[in-house]
Order: sequence, then C-alpha cells, then structure tokens
Amino acid sequence: MDLIAELEAEQIAALGRKIPDFKAGDTVRVGYKVTEGNRSRVQNYEGVCISRKNGNGIAGSFTVRKISFGEGVERVFPLHSTNIDSITVVRRGRVRRAKLYYLRSRRGKSARIAEDSNYKPLDGDRA
Amino acid sequence: MTRLFMEDGKQVPVTVLQLDNLQVVAQRTPERDGYCAVQLGAGTAKAKRVSKAMRGHFARAKVAPKRKIAEFRVDPENLIEVGAEITADHYAEGQYVDVSGTSIGKGFAGAMKRHNFGGLRASHGVSISHRSHGSTGQCQDPGRVFKGKKMAGHMGAVRVTTQNLQVVKTDVERGIIMVKGAVPGSRGGWVTIKDAVKKPLPEGVPLPAGLKAAGEGASRAAEETAGAEGAAGDAAEGGQSNES
Repeated sequence: MDLIAELEAEQIAALGRKIPDFKAGDTVRVGYKVTEGNRSRVQNYEGVCISRKNGNGIAGSFTVRKISFGEGVERVFPLHSTNIDSITVVRRGRVRRAKLYYLRSRRGKSARIAEDSNYKPLDGDRA
Repeated sequence: MTRLFMEDGKQVPVTVLQLDNLQVVAQRTPERDGYCAVQLGAGTAKAKRVSKAMRGHFARAKVAPKRKIAEFRVDPENLIEVGAEITADHYAEGQYVDVSGTSIGKGFAGAMKRHNFGGLRASHGVSISHRSHGSTGQCQDPGRVFKGKKMAGHMGAVRVTTQNLQVVKTDVERGIIMVKGAVPGSRGGWVTIKDAVKKPLPEGVPLPAGLKAAGEGASRAAEETAGAEGAAGDAAEGGQSNES
C-alpha cells in the first residue's frame, strides 16, 4: 500500500463512520448537520441515490435526487463527511445501471424504480 | 493529493510531502564560501551509483549517500550541525510555506494551452487555423516581431514556486508534512519547502530547526534569538494526487 492509500485508510478508520451498504437506485435518508448561527440541528434529506462515485474511499461521494415541490433537486454528499449524521436505506431498488442520470429527463410513472425483493445483505458490520 | 475531513465538517485538500532521511550534508559559511547556508540531502542512493567525488563528500559528513541535495540560505546563528536529521515538526501546523519543484512537462504546446489565447473562430471563413495564435504584430513598421511575443513553444518542466501554502498537519514519526493545496510536479517528484516569504513566521517555530533527538531546551533557547529565517526543509513528494 502506498503512503497516500495508507493515510486514507487510517483516516477512514479514525472517522469511524458506519456507512450502510447502498448503491444507485436505493432510496436513502441522509441526516445532514446544519448550523444556523450557533445552533446546530440535523436536517433529513430523502431521495433516490442516482450515483456513487469513487467507491468507499475517502474521496467517495453519492448523489441523491428527489422531487421537491414539483422541482427536481439533487445533492451531492461526500461519503465520509463529518457533517453527515446518519445514512439510512429506506428502500432497495432494482436497477440495471450504475448511474441513473436518465431519471433527470423522466417524471412520474416512468421515473419509478422497482423494489429489489431479493436483496442480500453483506456479511459483517456493514448493512 | 488526498483530503482531510475536519471536525467542523470542512474538507481540506492536502498534498502529502514526505521528508525522506533529510540530513544536513554540509555547511556554507561566510568565512569560507562567502555566504551562509546549509546543504541538505534527502532520499537514499546506492553507493555504487554515486560518483566518487560525491561519495567523498558524503563520507566527510558521515551520512549515507543521498539521492537529492539542495542548499538553503540561513542566518549564521541558525546553522545546523552536519549530520543532524531534520524532522517534520520543523514546520508548525498553521504555518505558511513556499514549495518549489519542477512542474509537469507539457512538451511543445500551442498558444492556446501555453498562454491561454482564445484561438480563432469556429466558422466565418476560418480554415485549418482554429487554434492558432493569430497576428504576431504590426506591418512594415516595425517590420519585426517584438521580443517576448507569446507564441507556441515548450511548456512546463521548469522550476516553479507555489507560495503561501498552509501546513495543515505534520507527522514526525513518518516524516510527513501535509500542505493545503497543490504543489508543482508530478506524484513522487522532489520539491523543496521554505518558510513563506510573504507571511510572518509564527511563534513557536523551532530554531534553528526541528531536529531528531535535539535537546528540547537547546532548540527553545535558540528560538529567543530572533533569526529572520528558519531553516528550510527538503521534501520528497509522496503521492500526488500529489503526494506531491
């Protein structure tokens, strides 16, 4: 392992975050810490994960899309961000793409994602 | 390069610089050389691949052969003993540094890439020369192209200094310095680090230098003499995303 990879692995371990197993197509709820003045609270953002980037590494990120008041909204979260309070998987989706950018041009019925009824949890601590 | 997540949710892009067996190889003194500097060597070189002259030079300093050598100007009171090893805590966290290195070579590059020219139009009669530089001057008077005209040519692979990079983190055990932002050169390249010229030196920086097994008292005492320049470190670039 080169030095950078070593440092990144250490940092991930030091952050000690539980990241659930999820992929594009899953509906996730992200608790994001918001600071207003000197008060801090957790804001929930729920939508379909339409892309995962850079794996589980320190640079990893994921995009969550939802329709808010009739308008499509996308937010990109760094996977290991200290601002993320929690990530919960609400629903497992069955999709055949790694990136669901085609959802951007769809609305309503055609933008639905079938539920993955055969989801097998990964072994061990993740899931 | 990599990134650090801070407690307050901020992400800091950092370049990882590694001090690889950084030792003082020689001193330059005003009496003998006319100026005052320390010569630092970093890395390790195979003895059989080092020239005889350099082998003698290293032998006199009683240090293992070094891959790279660089000189850093210091104040006379901040000269460091030959053979002393410089550690990463030479730089304080939050301190600003200047990092110099050889930039990535781009070969023969056109005016658009090299000087950010705009190029010519895509249509309206332009043919073949969409990425050309356009006119290089006037007509019969002056009848020549002025010196220094920006044109296509070799780009990159020159010595570049990036100023005012903040030291985010240091790790003495592994000899790692993390600076915020990018540094010149490719991953695994060699760079030199100096105290920033354009920022004041913070309090509590070890003078003459952060040394391995140096008496804590000694270095603190030296600090009182307000040396203008801390000694500078030489660093090996680790990875770049730079560990540069």
